[in-house]
Amino acid sequence: MRPILYITSFLAVMALAFWAYRENYATQQALRDRAALETRIDALHDALAVQRAEWAYLNRPDRLRELVTLNFDRLGLLPLEPAQLGSTAEVAYPAPPALFETIPEITGPEITDTVDVIGDQESLP
Amino acid sequence: MTRSPLRPLARILQARAKGENPDGIERENVRLRNEATRDRARTRAQVRLLMLSAGFMAAFSTIGVQMGSLAASVPTEPRRSGAGAEVSATRADILDRNGRVLATNMLTHALYAHPKDMMDPAGTAAKLAAIFPEMKAPDLERRFTDGRSFLWLRRVLSPEQMQAVHDIGDPGLLFGPREMRLYPNGTLAAHILGGAAFGDESVRSAQVIGTAGIELGMDARLRDPAQAATPLTLSIDLTVQATMEEILSAGMVMMNAKGAAGILMDVHTGEIVAMASYPTFDPNDRPNPVLPKDAEPGDSPLFNRAVQGLYELGSTFKIFAAAQGMDLGLVGPETMVDANAPMRWGKHQIKEFEGKNYGPLLSVSDIIIKSSNVGTAHIALMIGGDRQQAFLRALGLMDPSPVELAEAAKVKPLVPPKWPDIVTITASYGHGMSSSPLNLAAAYATIANGGFKVTPTLLHGTTRPAQQRILGEQASRAATHMLRRVVTEGTASFGEVPGYAVAGKTGTADKPRRGGGYYDDKVINTFASVFPANDPAYVLIVTLDEPVETTGPKPRRTAGWTAVPVAAEIIRRTAPLLGLRPQVEVSPLDDITAVKQ
Repeated sequence: MRPILYITSFLAVMALAFWAYRENYATQQALRDRAALETRIDALHDALAVQRAEWAYLNRPDRLRELVTLNFDRLGLLPLEPAQLGSTAEVAYPAPPALFETIPEITGPEITDTVDVIGDQESLP
Repeated sequence: MTRSPLRPLARILQARAKGENPDGIERENVRLRNEATRDRARTRAQVRLLMLSAGFMAAFSTIGVQMGSLAASVPTEPRRSGAGAEVSATRADILDRNGRVLATNMLTHALYAHPKDMMDPAGTAAKLAAIFPEMKAPDLERRFTDGRSFLWLRRVLSPEQMQAVHDIGDPGLLFGPREMRLYPNGTLAAHILGGAAFGDESVRSAQVIGTAGIELGMDARLRDPAQAATPLTLSIDLTVQATMEEILSAGMVMMNAKGAAGILMDVHTGEIVAMASYPTFDPNDRPNPVLPKDAEPGDSPLFNRAVQGLYELGSTFKIFAAAQGMDLGLVGPETMVDANAPMRWGKHQIKEFEGKNYGPLLSVSDIIIKSSNVGTAHIALMIGGDRQQAFLRALGLMDPSPVELAEAAKVKPLVPPKWPDIVTITASYGHGMSSSPLNLAAAYATIANGGFKVTPTLLHGTTRPAQQRILGEQASRAATHMLRRVVTEGTASFGEVPGYAVAGKTGTADKPRRGGGYYDDKVINTFASVFPANDPAYVLIVTLDEPVETTGPKPRRTAGWTAVPVAAEIIRRTAPLLGLRPQVEVSPLDDITAVKQ
């Protein structure tokens, strides 16, 4: 019984040592990865700041105004005017459909001669 | 230590008595003495050896432990950590109210030299002079060779210049990282932003400090490392600001003015949506102009007319007398007031514009509409100097503006030290005391917003103190109505903008001469306006310095011909941008229409 105990405990120690060894290097690798990521994040932050500045520089009102003037024949952009604003109440309703379109065309025998009308004349509603 | 004698007399006598040789005693004593000396020397040598070996032990064990720890530990390179932006951006960005960038930082490099490490000082100097036009090769060479070990060459390098310096390849030329303050919009809002410069510099980094404007006024907040990642949001709207600057500069040229200022402010919160001053400058490259001795401070492009310019604002002040008179119940809008010009007061004579006479009696509304000095003077006398002074102070016209610009606190309005009746009279129509356009904007905001005190601010969305009423709502509404009539039937008829019911008051003040007295042909024109009149939302002040309108047969210098058309164009262009919809103005029902319905 005792030798088995010795052997198993020896194997357990070996296994644990191997695990600790791997864990140690995995941790070190994770730390290295983190450092590399932080460096990348730093660089990206710097790049982002530069790009934000560049975006603001390219979108500065002076430049946009010049571009609008240069491309006037293609875009035809003009400053916003009060007349371009309106309310929904000012939008006209669509025109009601024309009356004659609703009346179906009467088809029947063509009247050629005089016709006698029988009965009272009815007034239209 | 007492030395024992070598030949003690007692023993010698004893020995002689016994017949022994006394020299044996002496030899014995010499031997003992030598032995004692040898023992002492040996002990001392032993202690010395022990101390020496202990020292060696300590030194070698220190080295050994250090070597052991170096060998056992994993080599790591020391590096900064953290999430980037908080560390790198040492000064907070400035944004407009919609989040567009007004000021940001950019990473560049500074160039410095270690002349003692240089391989070829003369050649390096010549190559540097070829890259940077401001450097002179002989001068540089002298400084490289005069024995100093450190030398700053340039504060900021462009990437191209940096590459060119790299290409020289001299080990004595070194780069230090720098955060450079960048204003991407150029001259836009230059007077608000001010500018920044390098403070304490080191090779590793440099401090960026504000030199003027909001950069200096909020310097502590912008430099606070805890808030470096949170940008400072201004109440400025970039689009509105750009539009206003465009129209203001064009208006200044058209009206032949030498300077112009404009302020657009929210009447309820006091937030400044746009503020401009001309002439202007580029905060990226802040000039340092040398002015001739007789120049006014306003001739410098750095001068912010809207905040630093103290002007007698003229007739724009009349509405304050009218509003206070109505608030105190002394007059109503239609009360008839003595307006018989010229008015005599002591040895002074109060005249109307061009010597007109609107009297003998004029209603309060007509006093404002026709801009009668005499009528306003009579209302002011009814109010009295003390109450008038208290009201003007409550409106903020007598104190430096509390806006967050570094310049504002230093500009104290010029108020006469004593307040006799003649000052009451002249102050009522805006003469004899000077205030800045920004103070005027805050005062007009109070008139328009129902009578609440307004604190002008450049910060967006800050919490404000509880509203403090300084004018009755009734008086406020009546005053705004009078201002509206100035535009529809009075001196500011060019100020009409269809759909926006502009209300406002013109002011034309002669410029004071340096030696005293006033110029005949130099004026400051101001138009203080509020729109839309039926529900005031914004106040706009436009001030032109020495304008003259020359389309007519003779030059015109009244505000109605110069500042008002410029202001009207600003309102026409900016109101839609501010989200105000044009409204078809419903004229109030007169009797006939009312009866017909």
